[in-house]
Amino acid sequence: MTISDNGNVDLNHEEILRYSRHLLIPEVGLAGQKKIKASSVLVIGTGGLGSPVAMYLAAAGVGRIGLVDYDQVDASNLQRQVIHGTSGIGTLKVESARQRMLDINPDIQVDVYNEPFTSANAMRIAQDYDLLIDGTDNFPTRYLTNDVSVLLGKPNVYGSIFRFDGQVSVFDARGGPCYRCLFPEPPPPGLVPSCAEGGVLGVLPGTIGTLQATEALKLILGIGETLLGRLLLFNALDMSFDFVTLRKNPNCKICGPNPEVTELIDYEEFCGVPGHDHEEGSVGGGWDIEALQLADRLRAGENIHLLDVREPHELEISHLEGSDLIPLGQLAARLSELDSADEMVVFCKAGTRSARALELLASAGFRKVKNLKGGINAWAKDVDPSLPIY
Amino acid sequence: MTTLKIPSPLRTYTEGQSEIDVQGGTVAEAMEHLVEQHPALRQHLFNEKHELRPFVNLYINQEDIRQLQDLATPVKADDRLMIVPSIAGGLTQVDHFASTQRGGRDGSIMALPTRRNWDDRLKR
Repeated sequence: MTISDNGNVDLNHEEILRYSRHLLIPEVGLAGQKKIKASSVLVIGTGGLGSPVAMYLAAAGVGRIGLVDYDQVDASNLQRQVIHGTSGIGTLKVESARQRMLDINPDIQVDVYNEPFTSANAMRIAQDYDLLIDGTDNFPTRYLTNDVSVLLGKPNVYGSIFRFDGQVSVFDARGGPCYRCLFPEPPPPGLVPSCAEGGVLGVLPGTIGTLQATEALKLILGIGETLLGRLLLFNALDMSFDFVTLRKNPNCKICGPNPEVTELIDYEEFCGVPGHDHEEGSVGGGWDIEALQLADRLRAGENIHLLDVREPHELEISHLEGSDLIPLGQLAARLSELDSADEMVVFCKAGTRSARALELLASAGFRKVKNLKGGINAWAKDVDPSLPIY
Repeated sequence: MTTLKIPSPLRTYTEGQSEIDVQGGTVAEAMEHLVEQHPALRQHLFNEKHELRPFVNLYINQEDIRQLQDLATPVKADDRLMIVPSIAGGLTQVDHFASTQRGGRDGSIMALPTRRNWDDRLKR
């Protein structure tokens, strides 16, 4: 399937030199390189997956690349988000990425969208691109990206990672399955660790992102066998590549013959989790306590039960004296160990897992419990600088 | 003996094993043999009615069992079973189950002092 014709584009002498290793491949050649130059790709997310995707597509000469991300570069990104550098910490990710891409290849156009990808803007942003690349890190944006791809009739190059596992596929409802055919429903809302708290091997998004870039170029060129109808499952610990067959689901709610979803919906509601991490770290509704507030109350001698819901290995990184540890995953089974009469403050690394813990505790009848907003990292920043932020 | 591949989020419940040998004439029997060997897996894979949870995608020789005969799909000795989790960059359904299922795991709160005096630490 060719997704763009090469129109009237031409290559000048500098471009012929730059792309000479492509021009030497019969499957690409001059005609193929013109197709690449005439193509446009929207990269949703400029994090771990988006980094290699954007860099390789820029290097390959994709004529117009759009980048969607609302975030700023943080030091904790640099372990895997190789498009950004130390000098870019604190700058907009889309700007940091654009600079790097134009340094790799000044002949391309990079459009930046410094905003969250939402139901309100997604169709407008995506409509002008030939294909979408899903480099997101959460379920709401994945379902949104899928639905945009189905509704606009554009391929969606999917990649997803967790710790040592990666998945890659090409979804295109015009001739194959979509993401909803594979995963009709998101995981139910509840106690799920967020991206920032789950952890990932730094090179894993590099592996998966370069596979996504490969599939994107094959789609542009119309060569080879893409992953349409197949899901690639990579495991870095086993160094295994497995494939499973994906088929169009006749009951698919968006690409089946009787679709229920005919326009974009509220994906955060659909998934029951926030789509982007600006809301993370707090619960809202008076259930949060700031680190400084907590310090004042402890200083005043209040007896507050500090409950740490992180994993045991995180205690080696930082620890609040006097706190008890019940990892979030064990909390539901260990509620009987807690006394709802106690004043309690729940914390984790950055406030996300503890927010989930608080929801669980509140639903179990605990009323005198608060979430440490921003987690032990906020405590380290505002109260006790001797603790590291991670 | 049929091989069943375990995705890394579930390896916590298989003592880190990535592949488990299972026996049985159907997928249901093979899965039962799996959870007999690793009982902690049961609540992550099945609901109370012993139905496969809707988020657990199970493949036999690369085919989704739901597109075959579901749990009644026949299994041969050299078949390969695989569990495919939904991951989104740190979020897994499997972890979700680990977090929300009551019972099954035991343990006590780490013994730490309950009376706290932060003054010394806060003055530093």
